[in-house]
Amino acid sequence: MAQAQERELAVVIGLEVHVQLETATKIFCGCSTEGSEEPNTRTCPVCLGLPGALPVLNEGAVEAAVKVGKAINADVPERTRFHRKNYYYPDLPKNFQITQYDAPICQDGELEFTVESQRRTVGIERAHLEEDPGSLQHKGGSIDTAEYTLVDYNRAGTPLLEIVTEPDFRAADEVRAFLAKLEEVLEYLGVFDPERDGSLRIDANLSVVEAGEVGDDGHIDDDILESANRTEVKNISSHKGAEKALAYEAQRQKNAIQRGRAVEQETRHWDESRGITVSMRSKEEEKDYRYFREADLPPLEVADWKERIDIPELPDARRERFREEYDLSDEAADKLTSTKQVADFFEDVASEFDANLAATWVADNLLGELNYRDMAITDVDHRLDEIKRLVELVATDEITAKNARETVLRDMLDDGTDPDTIAEEEGLGKTDEGAVQQAVEDAIEENPDAVEDYHAGEGGAINFLVGQVMQKTGGSADPGDVNQLLREELE
Amino acid sequence: MSTEYNGYVTEETIEGTEDGPLAGKTVAIKDNISTEGVPTTCGSAMLEGYVPPYDATVVSRVKEAGGTIPGKTNMDEFGMGTTNETSAFGSVENPAAEGHVPGGSSGGSAAVVAAGDADMALGSDTGGSVRCPAAFCGVVGIKPTYGLVSRYGLVAYANSLEQIGPLAPTVEEAAELLEVIAGPDEHDGTTRDATDHGTDYDFAAAADGDVDGLSIGVPTELVEGADEEVVETFWDAIDELEAQGASYHEVELPSVEHAVEAYYVIAMSEASSNLARFDGVRYGPSPDYEGNWNEEFAKVREEGFGPEVKRRVLLGTYALSAGYQDKYYKKAQDARAWVKQDFDEALSEADVLASPTMPVPPFELGESLDDPLKMYLADANTTPVNLANLPAISVPAGETSDGLPVGLQLVGPAFGEKTIIRAGSALA
Repeated sequence: MAQAQERELAVVIGLEVHVQLETATKIFCGCSTEGSEEPNTRTCPVCLGLPGALPVLNEGAVEAAVKVGKAINADVPERTRFHRKNYYYPDLPKNFQITQYDAPICQDGELEFTVESQRRTVGIERAHLEEDPGSLQHKGGSIDTAEYTLVDYNRAGTPLLEIVTEPDFRAADEVRAFLAKLEEVLEYLGVFDPERDGSLRIDANLSVVEAGEVGDDGHIDDDILESANRTEVKNISSHKGAEKALAYEAQRQKNAIQRGRAVEQETRHWDESRGITVSMRSKEEEKDYRYFREADLPPLEVADWKERIDIPELPDARRERFREEYDLSDEAADKLTSTKQVADFFEDVASEFDANLAATWVADNLLGELNYRDMAITDVDHRLDEIKRLVELVATDEITAKNARETVLRDMLDDGTDPDTIAEEEGLGKTDEGAVQQAVEDAIEENPDAVEDYHAGEGGAINFLVGQVMQKTGGSADPGDVNQLLREELE
Repeated sequence: MSTEYNGYVTEETIEGTEDGPLAGKTVAIKDNISTEGVPTTCGSAMLEGYVPPYDATVVSRVKEAGGTIPGKTNMDEFGMGTTNETSAFGSVENPAAEGHVPGGSSGGSAAVVAAGDADMALGSDTGGSVRCPAAFCGVVGIKPTYGLVSRYGLVAYANSLEQIGPLAPTVEEAAELLEVIAGPDEHDGTTRDATDHGTDYDFAAAADGDVDGLSIGVPTELVEGADEEVVETFWDAIDELEAQGASYHEVELPSVEHAVEAYYVIAMSEASSNLARFDGVRYGPSPDYEGNWNEEFAKVREEGFGPEVKRRVLLGTYALSAGYQDKYYKKAQDARAWVKQDFDEALSEADVLASPTMPVPPFELGESLDDPLKMYLADANTTPVNLANLPAISVPAGETSDGLPVGLQLVGPAFGEKTIIRAGSALA
């Protein structure tokens, strides 16, 4: 019975992604954006919204936004300007937020990404600059039950870029892949620090429509979208969280529709710990923000900024170039462009040593060992010179690749010692040719049975002898070389 | 020692440096201009006890120029009034006209200058708040071109309209003070450098009284509706300027009939946003932490704001609301553009435009309190100038038969301060 009524449904998702832009100072004053344990120490009359204080635009934040605009192929207007968004909230120093309304810094962009080996492009409707509010600490309970609430204005005035996508997503995993790609691009541009608390905050609009309304190209008519009740899911702070929250919300809406219930148009809160979304307020209570021009900030002429501001090579282009220039596999190129720092380090190593050696060392050895330790390249960014030195020891044949990888690199990461010290302490310096020759001769003299077997044509005998030599040289000889030397000596 | 006419909210001396153009002079500061360590109330119970941790740019400049600040002057609450009677700290009596208001909103600043208790003063002018009290108290007041003087530290009422301006007994002294406070400020992105607009800052030197060849335009709309005795006094002053070599002709500003409406819609809209921060979290009557924060905010604002402020915040909120913004706020912006254009045209045929500053002589104390519309209409001649971002000066033109001061307003082109100072100095 229920089976017969089951309808084919499709999910429609659009995102509002709030990105904290990495600038030295806040968007409208000279306060540092660096976090502080001490509440209300990164503040001044402007970001506290004291009576009489005036905002002055930090053009560095606009430059960062223009970089993003270039990367997502967006239009940058001739002039950009600011509006006030009026609402009362205790974390908002002025009870209005300075934001952009009718002339956002970026419009009509797009971002391409891969999900399950498929290339997808999602439209970016706009990206606008605004100031972050302060943060609240509820004491003795949640927002509803707390005895009292403290306000910390350290975060107030941190530049935010709100990136608004078209409702182009059709599944939660697309959202995750998009966000991962967006983060990657933002990091490449040097305008974003993923480590910073609250540096990425996501609101998502999700609705469910009849699958038949979705065209082959994924297009859905505007009036269908308008008529579908949607929920806005707030409080998502990572791409993993986004996938979970939206998968949950999609299922919740589908279930409601399958059971013949209407989806309520409302704002819902993602409760990460419980893994569910909960209703916050219905859309009828939605606020009128009374947007109007912020007269304290004159419009800014940005017509030529897109031309004037350079951006670094972006991950896709770099991946392509790596494949061609260094003759790398798709997998190696992907790994080596996973972050800008990895790619930069690879190119640095490849410029001095063989590109293949560099690729093996960075993509396989370094990233593999880091991954095993749950570390990232950012954890060793002050030791990249030492890692490069290790590659040099291998490239110049001073230690074997095996020892370098299995002993030196691991010790370096575990103990923090430098490669030369480890090689010396462990006696890993490649034994000189005379010593290897001596070991070969000794092995032959000490193992007449094996020598006899060798001459009788038993394949295993040579391996036994190689093992003997390796033992005598403490593993520092090259097994291939030893094999060669033994054969020469035995003929 | 408190003045008997209630000119100061706070009397506390702030010493400036020893040298400088204002050395030995006292400069009273309107109580909506921030002074580090000295209370700044805006004439409101909401800010009673608020002590700014920083100086407004104009205050720093007055101190650096050697001026001594004798205190913070009384004013209409948050600058919202034309009589100084909306102050939470009591009304001010006009030292030049017993039993009458000093005008507003910078009533205290004009009064302490008129009474000789300060050599000069700073006020702020959003829709006439420097010029009106200057006219009512028989002193000189200048409203600078928008952007000539930094607003950093001026507690905003309507930020797209207002400028800080000087009040003094003579045009030359007002110009001296303007010279000190004018000029770009990195803390105010709307300030502009006069030298980029074909002029300089030698304002005091311009007060030479030379009006030979000056062409004066008289906008008929700004004279017609004025009180009879005010009109008479106005024409006497024009005759005097003519006798000194100036000429006058009538000009038209058809848009000004909408100026008061446009001004109040814009000013109230901006005020509704500017005053939103006064919610009890950091200023205002102590909240008792009962109920949710939204109720708490409402209670604090109910207690802390006076009736005129509430009226303007409510009307401004309404004018910006969805469904009404196009009808009110956007229309007012269109009217503003039209007023600007009318002034540009009129000033293309005249060096300055002259009118009575106020269409009426000073009200008696208490006379207009119950009739806000009457008070708003008294701003008919001053508000258009703020809408057009232009400079204007009010100079004493004479007195009515009852001995009430009448002011003459001269409006110049953008950054035409020297022109209006020169013209005004022929009279005061």
